[in-house]
Amino acid sequence: MSVQKGPGINEFSIGIATRNGSGSQTANQVVLRAIIAMGVPAGGKNIFPSNISGMPTWFYIRASESGHLARSSRTDLMVCLNAETVAADLAALPPGALVVIDEALASAATRSDLLYLKVPFARLAEEACADRKLQKLVQNMVYVGILGHLLGIGEEETLSALSALLGGKAKAIELNRSALELGRSWARENATPVAGLGLRRGDATKGLILVEGNTATALGAIFAGVTVAAWYPITPSSSVIDDLAAYADLYRRDPASGKLNLAILQMEDEISSAGVVMGAGWAGARAMTATSGPGIDLMGEFVGLGYWTEVPGVFIDVQRTGPSTGLPTHTSQGDIETCAKLGHGDGRHICLYPGNMGECFDFTYQAFDLAERFQTPVFVLSDLDLGMQTWLSEPLVYPDRPFDRGKVLDAAALAKIQDWGRYRDPDGDGIPWRTLPGTAGGKGAYFTRGSGRNDLAQYSEKSADYSGQLLRLARKLEGAKAVLPPPIAVKRGGKTGVLAYGSSDGAVVEALELLAEEGRGPFDYLRVRAYPFSPEVADFVGAYEKVFVVEQNRDGQLANLLKGDFPTLAPRLRSIACLDTLPLSAGLVVEGLRAAMDEGRSS
Amino acid sequence: MSAEEGAKPVNKLGFTIQEYAGGKSTLCEGCGHNAITAQIIQAAWESGIEPHRVAKISGIGCSSKTTAYFMGKSWGFNTIHGRAAPVATGVALANRGLRQILISGDGDSLSIGTAHFVHLVRRNVPLVYIIDDNGVYALTKGQFSATSDIGSALKHGAVNQIAPIDPCALAIELGCGFVARTFSGNTKQLKAVLRAALAYEGLALIDALSPCVTFNNHETSTRSYRAVTERNRPLHDLDFVMPHEQTSVEIPPGERREVTFPDGSSLSLRSLREDYDPSDRGRALDAIHASLGAGELLTGLLFHRPLSRTVQDLVGTLASPLVELGEEATKPSRAVLAEINSGLLAF
Repeated sequence: MSVQKGPGINEFSIGIATRNGSGSQTANQVVLRAIIAMGVPAGGKNIFPSNISGMPTWFYIRASESGHLARSSRTDLMVCLNAETVAADLAALPPGALVVIDEALASAATRSDLLYLKVPFARLAEEACADRKLQKLVQNMVYVGILGHLLGIGEEETLSALSALLGGKAKAIELNRSALELGRSWARENATPVAGLGLRRGDATKGLILVEGNTATALGAIFAGVTVAAWYPITPSSSVIDDLAAYADLYRRDPASGKLNLAILQMEDEISSAGVVMGAGWAGARAMTATSGPGIDLMGEFVGLGYWTEVPGVFIDVQRTGPSTGLPTHTSQGDIETCAKLGHGDGRHICLYPGNMGECFDFTYQAFDLAERFQTPVFVLSDLDLGMQTWLSEPLVYPDRPFDRGKVLDAAALAKIQDWGRYRDPDGDGIPWRTLPGTAGGKGAYFTRGSGRNDLAQYSEKSADYSGQLLRLARKLEGAKAVLPPPIAVKRGGKTGVLAYGSSDGAVVEALELLAEEGRGPFDYLRVRAYPFSPEVADFVGAYEKVFVVEQNRDGQLANLLKGDFPTLAPRLRSIACLDTLPLSAGLVVEGLRAAMDEGRSS
Repeated sequence: MSAEEGAKPVNKLGFTIQEYAGGKSTLCEGCGHNAITAQIIQAAWESGIEPHRVAKISGIGCSSKTTAYFMGKSWGFNTIHGRAAPVATGVALANRGLRQILISGDGDSLSIGTAHFVHLVRRNVPLVYIIDDNGVYALTKGQFSATSDIGSALKHGAVNQIAPIDPCALAIELGCGFVARTFSGNTKQLKAVLRAALAYEGLALIDALSPCVTFNNHETSTRSYRAVTERNRPLHDLDFVMPHEQTSVEIPPGERREVTFPDGSSLSLRSLREDYDPSDRGRALDAIHASLGAGELLTGLLFHRPLSRTVQDLVGTLASPLVELGEEATKPSRAVLAEINSGLLAF
C-alpha cells in the first residue's frame, strides 16, 4: 500500500478514470482551476494512451496546501466511469477511499472497505441535455458538480473556471453549467461529504500561472530570439513547436511588413531537422529543433559533426519511454547518457536539466546563449511529465540580460586582423573566433569539415592537428562548467546524500520529508541542473559515504556520467531506478530509498 | 596571359579569375568532376558572382570534396553523407541573401539522401544543385549507385539489374522550375547551364554526367567517357548572356528560343534537333523517358518555368536575411511577457 499520507483538508488526491476522446479534459481542468482559485495549490497529471479515442485515460488532481504537487501514489477519491478499468481502479485504492462510481458499473463495487457513491450518470446526462450526441460530454460536467459538493469546491470558482476554459462561449457555458448544477444538486440530495476530506479557502495561489513545460520551453525560445526552427512531429515534443508557431504569430512579426522574423519548417525527418539547425547555426542564426528519444537517435551524426565543426544549435529533448513505438505517452529520463555523448567518436555536449516551469523557460533561453558562446550543440532535456502536464507555477520571469552571441568577427574586426584562423585559440579558453558566410571584405571565408583539419581550417590528416583540436574542444567544454546553471543543495546536516534532477524534484523533496517522519535521514539533497558537472557536484558526492541517485531510468544514467567524470567517487554512488513510466511519485522514491538503505544495512 | 597583374582580364566586379579559384583537387587525373569544378569557377567569374556571398554546401563522396576546389573566398560546409540538402535549407532560412551552390553525387543524392533531395525540391530552396553523376560509388571503390543503368557492369563484372532513378525526371515531377542535364565533356554547354542556374532564383537542378575514370570507365560500363559521349544528345546549342555582355557575345543564327531571368540575363537555345520547348512540363517528361528508352542521354535545359515561391516565402519570413536581425528585433519586450503571463493565470 501507499506510503503517502491519507487525506486531509486541502491535502488529497482525486483520480478520474475515463476513456480518451470522451471529452473529459475540460471537466478535469474546471476542477483543477476551481481548487486553485480557492487559494489551494493543485496540480494535474494526465495519464493517457497513445491513441486518439477509446482507450483508458486517467486524470489525477492533487490538492496540497503544503505545496506537494508531484503525482500522489495514493488516491483518496476516485471517479470511476470506465468499465474496462473499474476493477483495477478499485483494487488500487487505499482502505477508506471514496468512490464516485457510475451505477452501471456498480457490480464491480465489491470491496467493503471503500465508501461508494453510485451515480446514475446516464439519467442525469439525459436530464441535462436532450441531444444524445452531447450527453457523453455533459456527463463529465455532472461529475464536476458532484465533486464540487463532496469536496466543497466553491460554486463561483467553478463557474468562473468553466467560463474561462470555454472562452466565454455563452451557449456552451450554459449547457455545461446546467449539467454541473444538476450534478451538484443530485449530490446534495444523495451524498454527505466525508469528514476530513475537502477544501477550505486559502491564500497560496494568487498570481500563479498554470502552464505546460512545452509552452514554457517555446516561450524561452521566443524570448531568446530564435530565428530558425526545424522539426518533425513526435510525441511528447510536438507542442513545443505548435506553441512556438502560435506565439511567433503574435509576437515575432516585423512591424513594418507583418512578416515573421522566425522561420519554422516541418521537415521530412529528425535527421534533416538537425541538418537545418546545423546550416542555420553555421550561417549565424539562433536555431533549434524539438524532438524526443527516437529523434535524438536519428540526429546523432549531425550533432557529432556540430561538436567538431563548432556550430551552435539548440536541441530540445522531451524524453519519453523508449524505444520507438514503445510507450510514447509515458515519461522517462532515458536519454541522459545518449545526449551527453551523442555522436560517434569523442564528443561531449552541454545538457541542461530543467526541473520546473521557470527552468523550462529560462534554461531554453540560456541554451541559445550557451550554444553561441561555446559554439556547440546544446541540449535541453525535458520530459513528458514536465512537457505535457499542467503545472502550477510562479509567473515566468523576464530575462533581462542581453543575448550572448559569442565570438563572431565582422568585416571591420577582420580588417584589423592579420592572421585569423577559424580553429585557433588566441584567448586560451578553447573558444575560437568564427565568421559568418556573407561577411564582406574578402577575409574570413573558411571551409568547414569534420576532424580532418588544422587550426586554419585547412585539410589535414596530421595526428597532431587531430589531437590538438580534440583536446582544445575538451578545454572549451571545461570552461562551460563555470557558467552552466549550478546545482541546488538543500543541507540538513545529513549523513547520506540524495541526488536527483529534472522532473523528479517535487517527488524527491516530498519523499525526503516522508522518510524523515519515519525516522530515516536526515538527507542532504542536491539537484543537478547541468552537464558537464561543476566541481560543486563532486564536492557534494565527496562529502557523504553514500549518495543515492534517483533516476527515471534503469541503468543509472546520470550516476554513470558521475562515475565516469569522478571515478574515485564511484563507490559512493548508488542508483535508485524509478521505472513506473508515470510522473514520479514520492511513494516510489520512498520505496526505492528504503530498499536501498535496508540492503546497505543487511550487507 | 600576361605576367603583369594589371593585364589579367577582370569581371564586372574587377576580379580576376584567380579570385574564384579554390584548393588543389585531390581527385583522379581526368575525373569529370574536375571539369565541372573548372566550369563553376569560369561561370561564377564571368557572371560576376560576389564570392563572399556564396555558400558551398556538400555531402560526402568524391563529388562533395570538390567544394574545396573552387571559390576559396566563399564559405564551404562539407556536411554528412546524403544530407547537404537540409543544411542548405537551414542556410537559406537563416540568410536568404546568400547564393548557395550544393554539390552532391548520385550516391549522395539518390540513395542515402533521396528523402532530403525530394523534399528540398518540393520546398523550392533557392540554390544551384549540381549532381556530379558518375553512376558509381567511387570513394568506396566502385559499387553501383541509384543512377547505374540496367545492364551496366562494374569493373569486376557484376551487372546491374535494378532500374535507375533519373534525377531530372524526378525533379520535374516534384515541381522543380529549372532542370538541366549536361556533360562534363561539353564545356560550352556546361558553362552556359551553370551560368543560367546561377541566374535562376529558385532551385536549379543540374545533373552533370561526369565519368569516373577509375571505377566506371571500362568497356562494359554505360557511363564511361566513350559511352556518355556516344549517348549524349544535346537538345540545343546554349549561349548565356548577361546585360553587360550584350555587345561581346555573338550568337550564331538558327531556330531558337530564349529563356530570360530576373536579373536581365538570358539563355539562348538554338535547336540542334527538332524544336524543343523547355516550358512544357509534360513534353519534357515524355522526351526524357523516350530518350532513356532509346539509350540516349538528352542534355541541355530540359525544363524551365519562371520562379514560383521559394522556401522563405512559404514559411512567411522577412525579405531581408534573418541573421541580420539584432536583439531589439527578435526579443519581445517585458510587456509582452507580462501579457503572456496574464493569459496563463490559473484563475
